[in-house]
Amino acid sequence: MSLHMTEIVIFTVLFVAVSGMGFVAARWRRPTDLASLHEWGLGGRNFGSWITWFLIGGDLYTAYTFVAVPALLFGAGAAGFFAVPYTVITYPIVFLVMIRLWSVSHVHRLVTPADFVRARFGSPTLALLVAITGIVATMPYIALQLIGIEAVLKTMGVAGSGLLSDLPLIVAFVILAAYTYRSGLRAPALIAFVKDILIYLVILVAIIYIPARLGGWGAVFDGAQAKFAATPAPNDGILLNANNQLQYVTLALGSALALFLYPHSVTGVLASRNRDVIKRNMSALPAYSLLLALIALLGYMAISAGVKPIGKDVNTVVPQLFDQMFPDWFAGIAFAAVGIGALVPAAIMSIAAANLFTRNIYREYVNRTPTDAQEANVSKVTSLVVKIGAVLFILLIDPQFSIDLQLIGGVMILQTLPSVALGLFTRWFHRAGLIAGWAAGMGGGLLMLYGITNPATNHAHFGGSAFPLANLGLDTKITVYAGFLALLLNLLVAVIGTLVARAAKAPDGADATRPGDYTADEGDPRVRDVDLSGAT
Amino acid sequence: MPDDKSDRSPWYWLLLVPVVIPLMTFLYNADEPRLLGFPLFYWLQIAYIALGVATTTLVYRMTRRRP
Repeated sequence: MSLHMTEIVIFTVLFVAVSGMGFVAARWRRPTDLASLHEWGLGGRNFGSWITWFLIGGDLYTAYTFVAVPALLFGAGAAGFFAVPYTVITYPIVFLVMIRLWSVSHVHRLVTPADFVRARFGSPTLALLVAITGIVATMPYIALQLIGIEAVLKTMGVAGSGLLSDLPLIVAFVILAAYTYRSGLRAPALIAFVKDILIYLVILVAIIYIPARLGGWGAVFDGAQAKFAATPAPNDGILLNANNQLQYVTLALGSALALFLYPHSVTGVLASRNRDVIKRNMSALPAYSLLLALIALLGYMAISAGVKPIGKDVNTVVPQLFDQMFPDWFAGIAFAAVGIGALVPAAIMSIAAANLFTRNIYREYVNRTPTDAQEANVSKVTSLVVKIGAVLFILLIDPQFSIDLQLIGGVMILQTLPSVALGLFTRWFHRAGLIAGWAAGMGGGLLMLYGITNPATNHAHFGGSAFPLANLGLDTKITVYAGFLALLLNLLVAVIGTLVARAAKAPDGADATRPGDYTADEGDPRVRDVDLSGAT
Repeated sequence: MPDDKSDRSPWYWLLLVPVVIPLMTFLYNADEPRLLGFPLFYWLQIAYIALGVATTTLVYRMTRRRP
């Protein structure tokens, strides 16, 4: 352990200093009263372009991404690079969607995607399904952030086995829980600044310094290709092959569609000041994609540098690479960047999950007329429970299980697309059709995932997201992203269900929104800001 | 305030370009030509980030309400 003393000291100092900022955040930007859900959960909804950029960036490009994407390239090669087209196409796709969601949410004081579905389709059942899908999909995502921290702790030799070795992880999450409880969304927004500065610094150094030591970029790619050529696996390599190209494309597209359906992404977007802030961010956020592309290539650098993962945990390859290539003090900074990077999304995700519970379960089914203070309180406590759940997840269950669940979560959240994203443009769908579509997509998606085997990770079921078309009886080796097929099924059933419901003259839900609500902007009298005194 | 602020603008169709192009694997699934040691697969997909930024910036400027 003494070998890593410098790294541990620097990691701890930075981690503690940044956590201190989380507590100070409660005083930042003159919040007069945090005892309201809007104020606590959405930070007052007045974040300008810069803060929004840091907040959403810190929210979407998580520590797990920074550890897992290079691990994918390390293991499988080009197929793992899907994260780059995924984060390129997502912004033009959601450009129009998000500004409309911002407008309608601000006119009707909506906090979650399920709130919108409730208002648009007049169906508490559909809203409940959307809320539960959101919570279930977000939980393993929070747990994954801990895997990022754990990978770093393992490399520094402070997390091995036994109860005591889990202590640093627990301490990290107690700190996280305490400052989100106190400061709400302000804490991650403020911390995101520091996290990004650290990550940019580390990556800039890494992409110049490490390839130079390994003989240049050309050598890094050639080294990776040589390794893949030597393995028996058919689908690895630094280029795609005929069988995984469709998987690459559908996974990128499916993930891009899913990204802004996650409740934590919506929380980040709704906290911005006006529509222009969102539009500007849709052009500025790809700066993180550039960072992600370079980070992804750390996986190839690890191959060339001959890095060996700790045990079977490929998520440790990036921390191991840093440990091996950087001087101790700089590796300490790099590890702190990953650790702090995990805190931002984990905080926002737990706030978003808590808002879903408060608004769409507690208020709908438990207490129909809560005061603002009651609502904020329930949210705070739920956010705490969600985080404790995430810690227990990591401590008690095999981390591989959270990775599997997160994969399933992506397929699940995609099934809310017809109600949430299409609902922002059209009221054509009938609520019964949407519910039927959701059920079909969910069932079909889970069935497909169940049937995917992965001998490499010793999985007979839930072995990945690449669904072999051969499972449908087709004579081909081509694979497709299971979530994408499930979404197609969902849409098909939703259309048929709508036509049937209309033909049977089933009563349609009431639409509380009007067309003009979707284009209202800051300064419009209908656009309401935080109302601290009155209950909604 | 009247509802004259529609989200309809021909400029929004331009957003399809940076969505469709990065999904056409035949454009970039090759090793040569390399750029600074990067195979085409990697440098061209990184270049698409610039395509995305340029397109969204243009659309933002053209659809901005406050000049």
